[in-house]
Amino acid sequence: MVPFNLLVLVSVLYVVLLFLVAFAAEKRAQQGRLGWLRSPWIYTLSLSVYATAWTFYGAVGYAARSGLEFVTIYLGPTLVMIGWWWVVRKLVRIGRSQRITSIADLISSRYGKSNLLGVIVTLMAVIGTTPYIALQLQSVTVSFAVFASQTPQGWGVPDLRSTALWVAAGLALFTILFGTRNLDANERHHGVVTAIALEAIVKLVALLAVGVFVVWGVAQGPADILARIDASPIATWEMNGGRWVTLLFLAGAAFLTLPRMFQVLVVENSDERHLTTASWAFPLYIFLISLFVVPIAVVGLAQLPEGSNPDLFVLTIPLSFDAEALAMLTFLGGFSSATSMVIVAAIALSTMVSNHIVMPIWLSARQGGASMSGDVRTVVLRSRRISIGAILALGYLYYVFSGGGAALAAIGLISFTGVAQVLPALLGGIFWRGATRVGAIAGLVLGFSVWAYTMFLPSFGESVLMSAQMLAEGPWGIGWLRPQALFGITGLDPLVHAVFWSMALNTGAFVLGSLMSFPDPLERLQGAQFVNVFEHSGGARGWSGRAAEAEDLLVMAQRILGPEEAQALFQAESRAQGREGYLPDVTPDFIERLERELTGSVGAATAHAMLGQIIGGSSVSVEDLMAVADETAQMLEYSSQLEAKSRELERTARQLRDANEKLTELSVQKDAFLSQISHELRTPMTSIRAFSEILMDGKDMSPAEQRRYSSIIHDETIRLTRLLDDLLDLSVLENGQVTLNYQPANLHDLLERAVTATASAETGREIRIIRDEAAENIPLQTDPDRLRQVFINLISNARKYCDAPEPELRITVRRRGDELRVDFIDNGSGIPKRSQGVIFEKFSRLSDQAAAGGAGLGLAICREIMANLGGQVSYLPGQGGAAFRVILPLSRRQSQAAE
Amino acid sequence: MKPPAPLFLARRGYRYRRLTDAARILPVLGAFLFLLPLLWGGGMTRSGVIYLFAIWICLIVLSAILARLLSAYGERSQEDGEGGTD
Repeated sequence: MVPFNLLVLVSVLYVVLLFLVAFAAEKRAQQGRLGWLRSPWIYTLSLSVYATAWTFYGAVGYAARSGLEFVTIYLGPTLVMIGWWWVVRKLVRIGRSQRITSIADLISSRYGKSNLLGVIVTLMAVIGTTPYIALQLQSVTVSFAVFASQTPQGWGVPDLRSTALWVAAGLALFTILFGTRNLDANERHHGVVTAIALEAIVKLVALLAVGVFVVWGVAQGPADILARIDASPIATWEMNGGRWVTLLFLAGAAFLTLPRMFQVLVVENSDERHLTTASWAFPLYIFLISLFVVPIAVVGLAQLPEGSNPDLFVLTIPLSFDAEALAMLTFLGGFSSATSMVIVAAIALSTMVSNHIVMPIWLSARQGGASMSGDVRTVVLRSRRISIGAILALGYLYYVFSGGGAALAAIGLISFTGVAQVLPALLGGIFWRGATRVGAIAGLVLGFSVWAYTMFLPSFGESVLMSAQMLAEGPWGIGWLRPQALFGITGLDPLVHAVFWSMALNTGAFVLGSLMSFPDPLERLQGAQFVNVFEHSGGARGWSGRAAEAEDLLVMAQRILGPEEAQALFQAESRAQGREGYLPDVTPDFIERLERELTGSVGAATAHAMLGQIIGGSSVSVEDLMAVADETAQMLEYSSQLEAKSRELERTARQLRDANEKLTELSVQKDAFLSQISHELRTPMTSIRAFSEILMDGKDMSPAEQRRYSSIIHDETIRLTRLLDDLLDLSVLENGQVTLNYQPANLHDLLERAVTATASAETGREIRIIRDEAAENIPLQTDPDRLRQVFINLISNARKYCDAPEPELRITVRRRGDELRVDFIDNGSGIPKRSQGVIFEKFSRLSDQAAAGGAGLGLAICREIMANLGGQVSYLPGQGGAAFRVILPLSRRQSQAAE
Repeated sequence: MKPPAPLFLARRGYRYRRLTDAARILPVLGAFLFLLPLLWGGGMTRSGVIYLFAIWICLIVLSAILARLLSAYGERSQEDGEGGTD
């Protein structure tokens, strides 16, 4: 028989060992000699907090009651771990890149650093975990009691409650000592993790030892065990399909969402590569844990007296066979399972409570407090320590009030279902960018309510929180709201019923809420960060560069990270910015880095809020985005304005170039014109001078000769005068300074007078003129003198230049709409094609054959007159001879170039 | 952005991708095998124990082999393997 004192002594020694191990590990880590502390094996063993006292004692009890069903609790996590490439790898990467401190932090951070979500998940976790902690306390006290009841010295059953109180207090002390030693930026607890790894080995060895004892000590090897299985009451166990599937799912889900599992799996992970080892080593661990469960159950059912508690077979079998050392080892194994779970759960929950509930309240209670003096670290640490105490107190109270009655397995499953409600928001958050805060809140609240209604509240037993009548008939007699037969679906196993409805409604609300809501900018940024974590593991972008004082930031960082670490961080930043010895510039990148460092200590939402207080306002508001969009639009507009300006400049330059060319051309023309004029003037001048000299010298000149010479001089002066007249006329016409004398006229009269005028001219040959006098009778509003001048010019040109043997000129008149067309067509050889372009230029004469006729200004004058009259004169090619067309407006037009 | 990898590296990257595929399929296979007993009938504790534990240890061994191969390949083809696996 084990003396109770010895048992207590061994327990205390074991606890002291744990303290020493944790202390040594912590010391090593502080000195930076991490070494094996960061080995994948420590990581794998720390995952064993999944196997709690519920596993250590409860699995055998579960097997004794429900056969093989217990194994689903371990197969689920096995599937999750061997499928690490899907979810766990992503979770760990996100946890590392976003400095996630807890599952509530993950959910809150993913959905736009929403503190409301953090609070919801924290409350759910506390409610879901408290019974589980109570369960651990119960298992430790009950196992104590088992030893106590067997002592012959008459110890009697010690007071279970005081034992539980002692255990709870001890655990609180250990957790506070090693779980809140520091506010590590990475929230890793080397001491605790190492102690837990040691406990993992102890519980595995203990269970294996009991298993070996049962198989080879009590029974005669595996074959005998198989025979005993066939003979035992559980041999006829049949698989319940619904429960089997539900439990597999539930265990897998809980493995990811239990706060303590998230703590060891994601938060305490120091190297992603450890997952490759854990992916098979952890399944192997729980495989070994489960291996002897059925043999122990079978042997216990057969060997122990009727009515023994199957939950304690692991302990009572060695005791009944007087294997006291083994019993002691088993006790330590159970103790280890319970304590490691409580420690990790308390750390995880206290982190959540302090980051999502205490700190926000503290911050809002001290408006503008983040930049006030005082050490926030002490506040955070104190709030964590108090939280740990409170959580363990809650567990103890739950244990006291529930009376420690219910079967262990039942409490475990209720807890699992509660925390599994986080699963849709978790998976949706890391795989679906469309998942929103509204959807997550809706899913969590609905799922958790359904869980509470269908599972948690009824679990207290009839008439405690729910009356028997309500359970049987539903609230107010509404049948389809019966807690264990929602929507009138009866016949389902209560567990399957609760899991099915809570998860279905949870997922439905989550998806629907996400589809129908619109995420805010920060949420969308975080969503992209989480879902695409493998594409870019950078931090969440966010802080716009507002004027935050580096000094304020340093003050705040010192209070959270501690002076040394904060100063080191700021110095490193200064060095990176190349301004060593000064405070760093407050760049958005720097703020981001700082936020992530702080996140590691106080959680994403709180860190965000604290920085927000100093920097002013939240990081990315819709206004900021709009401002950015505005700026972009402005820049676009500006650049398009620039483009337009440059196009305009180009156009102007082209115009200037054109003008320059035209000027050059005009200057050339002017030179040509001047030389032409001088030439034209010089010819008559020369003959006038010559003949006047002859007259001056000719004393013996006959009067006939005198008359002839003076008449030549006279002719030449007339020619000169005409030339000058023409030039004057042309210049007046070209400058538009001519005054037109508009009056009614008749085309026929005009042509008649023109023909008459030309006929009386002395130069030129006789020409036959063909006219259609009837068609010519058209009234006009024009300047008759100018128009007649044009006609005369054209007719006399025909007379001068028509080279036909019998020259004739046909004048046709046609009306075309608003215009009058007068064509002058002779039967000569016409004007060569190459010359057609220049005949209207000044001084253009095609030949010198009738040079006396004029200076070549006639057609140029015609063109100017017609332009001034609002019409035009042009050469008409292809008419068999020279052909000119005069186009006249019938009425007076305003669109004169001159006016 | 990256220059095309030489042939032997591409082959390596290809192997790595297929290994990750295998790592993804393994839990599906496991779930299928764990659900298979649903089709059995009658008292099945004895055969169930043998079957489930045998499958279980097989999955663990497969997972260990895959994990070893993945980390062996992964270290060399980290750059081209990690980026676009999802």
